[in-house]
Amino acid sequence: MDRLAEIAPVMAPDAMLPRVVRVAKRTRDLPDTWTLELVAADGAPLPRYEPGQFTMLYVFGIGEIPVSISGDAADGSRIVQTIRAVGKVSEAFGRLTVGDTLGLRGPFGTAWPVAEGYEHDVVVVAGGLGLAPLRPALYRLQAERKRFGKLVLLYGTRRPEDILFRRQLANWRKQLDMEIEVTVDHAGHDWRGHVGVVTKLIPRLGVDAANTVALVCGPEVMMRFSASALHDIGMPEDAIHLSLERNMKCAVGLCGHCQFAGSFICKDGAVMRYDTVRRLLALKEI
Amino acid sequence: MKATNAMQEHPQAVITQEGLAGLIGGLRAEGFRVIGPTLRDEAIVYDDIESLGDLPSGWTDEQDGGHYRVKRRQDAALFGYNVGPHAWKRFLHPPLLRMWRAEKTADGMTVTQTAEPAERYAFLAVRSCELHAIAIQDRVFLQGPYVDPHYQARREGAFIIAVNCGQAGGTCFCTSMNTGPKAAEGYDLALTELIADEHEFLVEVGSERGAALLASVPNRPADLQHSALAANAIARAEGNMGRQMRSDDVRDLLLANLEHPRWDDVAERCLTCGNCTMVCPTCFCTAVEDTNDLSGAAERKRRWDSCFTMDFSYIHGGSVRSSGKSRYRQWMTHKLANWVDQFGTSGCVGCGRCITWCPVGIDITEEVRAIRGEEVSDGRA
Amino acid sequence: MEGLERIVAEHRLFEGLGDEFIKLAAGCAKNVRFNADQYLFHAEDPADWIYLVRHGRVALELATPGRGAVQFETLGEGEIAGLTWLLPPYRWGYDARAIELVRAIALDAQCLRDKCEVDHDLGYALLKRFLPVLVQRLQATRLQMLDVYGSPR
Repeated sequence: MDRLAEIAPVMAPDAMLPRVVRVAKRTRDLPDTWTLELVAADGAPLPRYEPGQFTMLYVFGIGEIPVSISGDAADGSRIVQTIRAVGKVSEAFGRLTVGDTLGLRGPFGTAWPVAEGYEHDVVVVAGGLGLAPLRPALYRLQAERKRFGKLVLLYGTRRPEDILFRRQLANWRKQLDMEIEVTVDHAGHDWRGHVGVVTKLIPRLGVDAANTVALVCGPEVMMRFSASALHDIGMPEDAIHLSLERNMKCAVGLCGHCQFAGSFICKDGAVMRYDTVRRLLALKEI
Repeated sequence: MKATNAMQEHPQAVITQEGLAGLIGGLRAEGFRVIGPTLRDEAIVYDDIESLGDLPSGWTDEQDGGHYRVKRRQDAALFGYNVGPHAWKRFLHPPLLRMWRAEKTADGMTVTQTAEPAERYAFLAVRSCELHAIAIQDRVFLQGPYVDPHYQARREGAFIIAVNCGQAGGTCFCTSMNTGPKAAEGYDLALTELIADEHEFLVEVGSERGAALLASVPNRPADLQHSALAANAIARAEGNMGRQMRSDDVRDLLLANLEHPRWDDVAERCLTCGNCTMVCPTCFCTAVEDTNDLSGAAERKRRWDSCFTMDFSYIHGGSVRSSGKSRYRQWMTHKLANWVDQFGTSGCVGCGRCITWCPVGIDITEEVRAIRGEEVSDGRA
Repeated sequence: MEGLERIVAEHRLFEGLGDEFIKLAAGCAKNVRFNADQYLFHAEDPADWIYLVRHGRVALELATPGRGAVQFETLGEGEIAGLTWLLPPYRWGYDARAIELVRAIALDAQCLRDKCEVDHDLGYALLKRFLPVLVQRLQATRLQMLDVYGSPR
């Protein structure tokens, strides 16, 4: 009967258990959008991440949601995350102050394939809050500027008041070797920039479309039309990358909520290649 | 667990009912919690088995679309039925699981794991389709980039005594899914009930610890007659399947027909009650629950969830799948098509529970036929 | 006139139009310029001119009480301000204002309409060029209308 003695399993780590992090800085970007700088609060170093990844952030007593990482991946001392208030948990981020603690799990998900842009032109198309998960890619593109050809950022949002990271964009326009075009859906009299959908800026791109890599992030409708417009000017579908979003509970591919046909957005995405998702994006309620 | 060498090394044996009682007793003495089929509330469910008397002796089940009844048999078979509303996932992947507790401290927050330690289970009377279902969930929980430690703790060391079916149920189609009726691997011991002059059990060994348990009870080598009786019983099951489904082309068929009018048709019948996801032995979706108590602590639990709920796909103020049609389509295409891309096999084992426990008797095999363009009966429950 | 023909021929809208047609169209054209904040036209004005922007940017806007003017589109080099010249009652539906210094070719709408009536081939060739612009603007406007960046609540 000795052989029935229990086989003690070597237990896998519990990926649902959050670490504790502390808010080191809190910035209000827009009336409903905040950026938090998080530092470790449990003595262990923060995890490193890749541009495009996200974390699951837990607000004590309220809940946990996926949040884009919007900072510079080269800085290991903090994780910078940007949140828009659209529900109970995200609204709670607006009530946090410096020194408050949060639970953090991650980073999770696939990364923007910045290295695919080496020796290519790179176009970044951001819509609304989509600029936040793209910002880490922009930092890396700038850090390795010499390895890329032309760099273009197209950013579309609702109104001039809704432009995210506005001052930073203005600085980048002045300082960097990157073309930045900002457009809004409508504007007041004083706006001197573009008014119109972001896709309108695409046919004017002066890039070598067949040798360009595109990174696109924003509302799904906007990503669909932008990817289509990029393809129309000659970009191959497998050179266009989108960041998709679905309901997430575990972020480790086990709760089933983030499924998008055969993919789990939390582990097969959020960054996905346009050619693999194009047909699905056109179907309703997938 | 998959020790086919053991099967080759250990010949088939025969035990009596006393021997079976000895297996149960032996497992309990070793500290295993033995779970097996028992009759309760007019259904055969999985619960604690302390002795042979707890087994549904002389009972069988009658199953069809939206229909389940237990019926008396003419004999005293202990395993003369198929599968009921319970699946083994309720033990390996608990419906409700505490995860952790967070408490506020002077300068922040602490998080402490609170998951209950896993029990050592011995599962008695696991059908072949269920062995496949367990293997399918093994792929989900143990073979992905992240391992679920709660499933792992319950699964590793679980003792499995399989039972080969001697009859097929009204909604069974394991032969169509290549998941039975004969248990092929994934068990420690496999029993085939033989009711002839004697009421005995053919025993096949699937692992070394299965062999050790068998050796602890009176047993004798099986002879040709026993083997023949067992083979007949299994053949009877094989020939009596209540449902059929051509399964070699289903993945491609469904993915090419995501806008087939049949989805509208099934949407008119489906109540999105989610019963199918609760009874399906491979469905694994969960949700988290964050609760607070009066002491000021916060707790997180994990519970079973269903893709049929409106909340399941909720983002930004709305559900991605708000129509019942899209939710039924999600369940069925995940089960039969997307699962193949995700985990390498179909998610369906042909157990028929979704057909039996659907209040309106939606039949997944019929839906596949309809999408394929074949004739379907209008036999709606 | 020859210089104007060349300028017309160079504008994106007339790319590929045969020399004969360019001559006909150029016959209705003149060079214009607007300083920053000058209006090209106002809503309700008769749609007498079509403006082919060569340089600078133009804001299309509508005045709304309490909100001031709302810009719904900006146009730049190579684009056209004023598509309503094609259809009766030939009135502008919005204001067009130069955001910065704008140089444009103004085409006399009536002159062009008269020539198209006489020469249907010219008319068809021009319609084939203006219609895609109209359709693109319609599609873009739909996207803007969806307010995709708006808060879900």
